[in-house]
Amino acid sequence: MSALQNMVGWIDDRFPMTKVWNEHLAQYYAPKNFNFWYFFGSLAMLVLVIQILTGLWLAMMYKPDADLAFASVEYIMRDVNWGWLIRYMHSTGASAFFLVIYLHMFRGLMYGSYRKPRELLWIIGMIIYVAMMATAFMGYLLPWGQMSLWGAAVIVNLFQAIPIVGEDLAIWIRGDFVISDVTLNRFFALHFLLPFVLAALVFVHIVALHKVGSNNPDGIEIKKGPKGNRWSDTAPADGIPFHPYYSVKDIAGVIVFLMFFAGILFFAPEGGGYFLEAPNFEPANPLKTPVHIAPVWYFTPFYAILRAVPSFAGTQVWGVIAMGAAIVVLFLLPWLDRSPVKSIRYKGGLYKGFLAMFVIVFVILGWLGTQPATELYTLFAQIATTLYFAFFFLMPWFSKADKTKPVPERVTK
Amino acid sequence: MKKLLIAIVMLASPSAFASGGNVHLDHADVDITDQASLQRGAKYFVNYCLNCHSMKYERWQRMQEFGIPEDLLKQNLMPSNAKPGDLMTTAMNPDDAAGWFGAPPPDLTLEARLRGDDWIYTYLRSFYIDESRPFGVNNIVFDKVGMPHVLWELQGMQKAVFEEHKDENGHESHVFKGFEMVKPGKMSTEEYDQMSLDLTNFLSYMGDPSKLKRHSLGIKVLLFLLVFFIFAYLLKKEYWKDVH
Repeated sequence: MSALQNMVGWIDDRFPMTKVWNEHLAQYYAPKNFNFWYFFGSLAMLVLVIQILTGLWLAMMYKPDADLAFASVEYIMRDVNWGWLIRYMHSTGASAFFLVIYLHMFRGLMYGSYRKPRELLWIIGMIIYVAMMATAFMGYLLPWGQMSLWGAAVIVNLFQAIPIVGEDLAIWIRGDFVISDVTLNRFFALHFLLPFVLAALVFVHIVALHKVGSNNPDGIEIKKGPKGNRWSDTAPADGIPFHPYYSVKDIAGVIVFLMFFAGILFFAPEGGGYFLEAPNFEPANPLKTPVHIAPVWYFTPFYAILRAVPSFAGTQVWGVIAMGAAIVVLFLLPWLDRSPVKSIRYKGGLYKGFLAMFVIVFVILGWLGTQPATELYTLFAQIATTLYFAFFFLMPWFSKADKTKPVPERVTK
Repeated sequence: MKKLLIAIVMLASPSAFASGGNVHLDHADVDITDQASLQRGAKYFVNYCLNCHSMKYERWQRMQEFGIPEDLLKQNLMPSNAKPGDLMTTAMNPDDAAGWFGAPPPDLTLEARLRGDDWIYTYLRSFYIDESRPFGVNNIVFDKVGMPHVLWELQGMQKAVFEEHKDENGHESHVFKGFEMVKPGKMSTEEYDQMSLDLTNFLSYMGDPSKLKRHSLGIKVLLFLLVFFIFAYLLKKEYWKDVH
């Protein structure tokens, strides 16, 4: 036996290293028919790593102090060696993270990846999404620009609309009566902590995935199909080992992703004013309200829903409830879909039509959220909000009434 | 609760967005590789802007990047007591400035990123006579601006021509039509436009000084990724040969 094998054996007697490697990579059998949409899970992990690493380096130079924060970001951009690269990676990474996650979630929506037995997997994923939103929200305050301050002010003020406890809750979040140095300091602490919570949640997400096995574009359970492949007699016939097959495939996907990432990072880090908003190049000023406050693009669909709901009975809480419900309803997806088939490939025109409508409505809401709420736009937002919720609340009906196609026994190419 | 309502009302009212958003901006043909223009811009900035406006997130030595050597920098641009590594602050006390102009003149390090190149270029060329203002001038792209027309000796003084409109509801509005030179300055219009462009160019460079390095590095990174992709793709193909 070689020295290396000896060492592996020594470790394996004390820690299940080879076992974990096999269970999750070398002998984890994934369906062989993954398509384009299956890149985004591993890409999301890549972006999380980028964010944690660049964030760590930023934290070494950044100062979470209302008097120093804005200048310390410019110090990173100008005086720190490669500071601009690290900072642009982090700011581009934030938007990339949401883009990748939205595509990852859309994949789940298309192929019914949330259906039994993957309900809990979907819920863990949704918790990750909510934790991501919290992380991004707090991170956006840190540059301490005008949009940082006023965006945070508008969102934290939402909590005030909650009856009885609202005022105190908002003060508890801020640590002050307004967004201040205290808020900045604690948001920094939490923004540093949450990514590690995210990493832990991702671990749980993957453990849950490997328990039930991956779904695929056909929505067929390969574990229920015939057994036996080239590697194992007991593994699903339509499964291939994740490593090396999907590891080499994902590397190619990662490179294509990095090309887009580098394209934005090096040539358009502002992302057309959507990734880095122009008003945020002005230091936060509590005495000067910007003419137009808009959150970053990845929050705007929900912001548009918030603004679409009018105040009623003397309180604004309904908009806040609608915004919360727009996220909560996603958790319920596994029980709203009653279709006999999982994948869009075997669903009928009714379901496809509703899904297409949902995507269009989500994009429209996102755009409306970046715009000032004129009367016309508010009307559009109200229609779009209604359609957004219609997708979920009508799903038990249209998923059942839909004319589905027969699902084949085995996965197709 | 009240704050929320104010915020919502503000967001909901279209007039809140209307201020200053509808003015036509002239296109600034900025070129941050044009060192001569950047050097002229630096000269104008130090002579005309820096007395009131700081550039406090940037250091004097940055100007070496576009070909101003340290000795010329010290001789011609920097205050005698400054070092090249010092931040470009202004001597004006912000409290005094607030008293004189209504608000302290903003720092200009990031002005180009905040407002855009076109805005700066248009702003510099859009002062006009308005006797109702404390300094006798107003600006088309920044109504009721607190800043005097610092460059008037160079540009001259112009007045703005407005066209009166009345819509069916009887609302009067005046639409800006153009400028008319009342008192010519030392520079011709072309020379002044070039000066404004040089200043804009300089502010654009200083707003994001990593830009040139970023672009040249970006091309190398993309080329590397392209080559890497070819190998990664071939590797994938090789492995997947036996998957049917």
